[in-house]
Amino acid sequence: MPHPRQTFDAQLRALEQRLLRMGGFVEGMLEDAVKALAKQDTQLAEEVVRRDDVADEQDIDIESTCMHLLALQQPLSKDLRVIGTALKITTDLERIGDYSVDIAKAALILAGARYPAPLTRIPRMAEYTVAMVQGALEGFVHRDFRKIEEVIALDDKVDALYVEVWEMLLQEMRQSSENIVRAANLILVARYLERIADHAVNVAERVYYMETGVLRQLATSHQTD
Amino acid sequence: MNPRPAILMLPDETAKFRVRDLGVAYGGTPALRHVTINLPDRQITALIGPSGCGKSTFLRCLNRMNDLILTARIAGKVLLDEQEILGNQIDPVELRKRVGMVFQRPNPFPMSVYDNIAYGPRRHGIRARGTLDQLVEQALVQAALWDEVKDKLRQSALDLSGGQQQRLCIARCLAVQPEVILMDEPSSALDPISTFKIEELLLELKAQYTIVIVTHNMYQASRVADYTGFFLTGDLIEFGPTVEIFERPVDQRTDDYVRGRFG
Repeated sequence: MPHPRQTFDAQLRALEQRLLRMGGFVEGMLEDAVKALAKQDTQLAEEVVRRDDVADEQDIDIESTCMHLLALQQPLSKDLRVIGTALKITTDLERIGDYSVDIAKAALILAGARYPAPLTRIPRMAEYTVAMVQGALEGFVHRDFRKIEEVIALDDKVDALYVEVWEMLLQEMRQSSENIVRAANLILVARYLERIADHAVNVAERVYYMETGVLRQLATSHQTD
Repeated sequence: MNPRPAILMLPDETAKFRVRDLGVAYGGTPALRHVTINLPDRQITALIGPSGCGKSTFLRCLNRMNDLILTARIAGKVLLDEQEILGNQIDPVELRKRVGMVFQRPNPFPMSVYDNIAYGPRRHGIRARGTLDQLVEQALVQAALWDEVKDKLRQSALDLSGGQQQRLCIARCLAVQPEVILMDEPSSALDPISTFKIEELLLELKAQYTIVIVTHNMYQASRVADYTGFFLTGDLIEFGPTVEIFERPVDQRTDDYVRGRFG
């Protein structure tokens, strides 16, 4: 026999679909921002900056849907946790979009710069970070804790790379003042990637909460400064 | 993943009622099976569950209202503080003085507001006018009704609004100075504002009284209760802090019920 909350179930599924769409969208922004940086592609960088408005609209749309469901459906237990999770995740995704825009803006500044050697660590950081965002979203879709653990593990690698990049670029700045603008912007990019990784960890933690009802910080090294 | 037991056993020393292996059958049909639970003193406990789950049957065991149903057979033990209340050693009338009850529909007696409240104390032998006046005022103040009826004490209680009548019934219950108040769907016949008034009242009363409330309204349970128990087809399925029951229940059946996924 069908249970009496079919309509609400459909609304919850639609909310999850919207979150996924937004997740896929900001993931695309991140990938393109990093590509624009590595390939010094100004057109692509500008395109990423323009996409920010869409991400912001998706965020507002998801938040208002959550508020409507809270007001009209009085969700409890898992339903309540799904909506609470959606409210938190959408903010994380919106921030990931913002940082992607910041990376695209750095790409615009660095479009004419000459890299002494092709970038290696920052693209690797970006690769991990993209994988983290994807992993967190997959964990959300499939309620898959293994994906969540993979995200947490990758965060440590991103943090380690961030320290390496920071030291390397500091060294370059010490060597010559000509390197300062480029190196400073790349440090910022590394910082944005490190922050995006933290937001991916937030999303992962929320999936754990949504499923178990237990709120806890999964990544021991996870700083939320 | 979630180590909380489905039925939390509160420490005996914090319990007003200790219920052990309680079972009730009506004419051979089981209505309640093997319920073991400690109900906390001076807290609000809500009992939820679908119709026929046994929650009202359980409530009625706590002041022997099931005695009035001739076919009821009761097994197990219920201790109020240290006293066994199911046996013959206790007078049900004395028990009901300690454990008062408020029902679903307001049921004021067809007499004045004053006489409704004074009824219980008079039955228990209080005759002195001054003492009665004081008890009536005190009970009406406690039930948050005094300001609304202090000039109408001689008027018929039946002239009050539904919400006022229900608070009158609560005042009538308080006038005999009980230790426990049992409530069976106390606001299901009331409008939202009267409902909120009753709920506010419960939150104030719990400083002095142990309150056990049966409700079909889960949101009422979530608003007022410190602890919540979920019954299903005569079994106590889950009992714990209210926030646990409504945010992360342990048992799948509780989860299905509070999310309205029963079908």
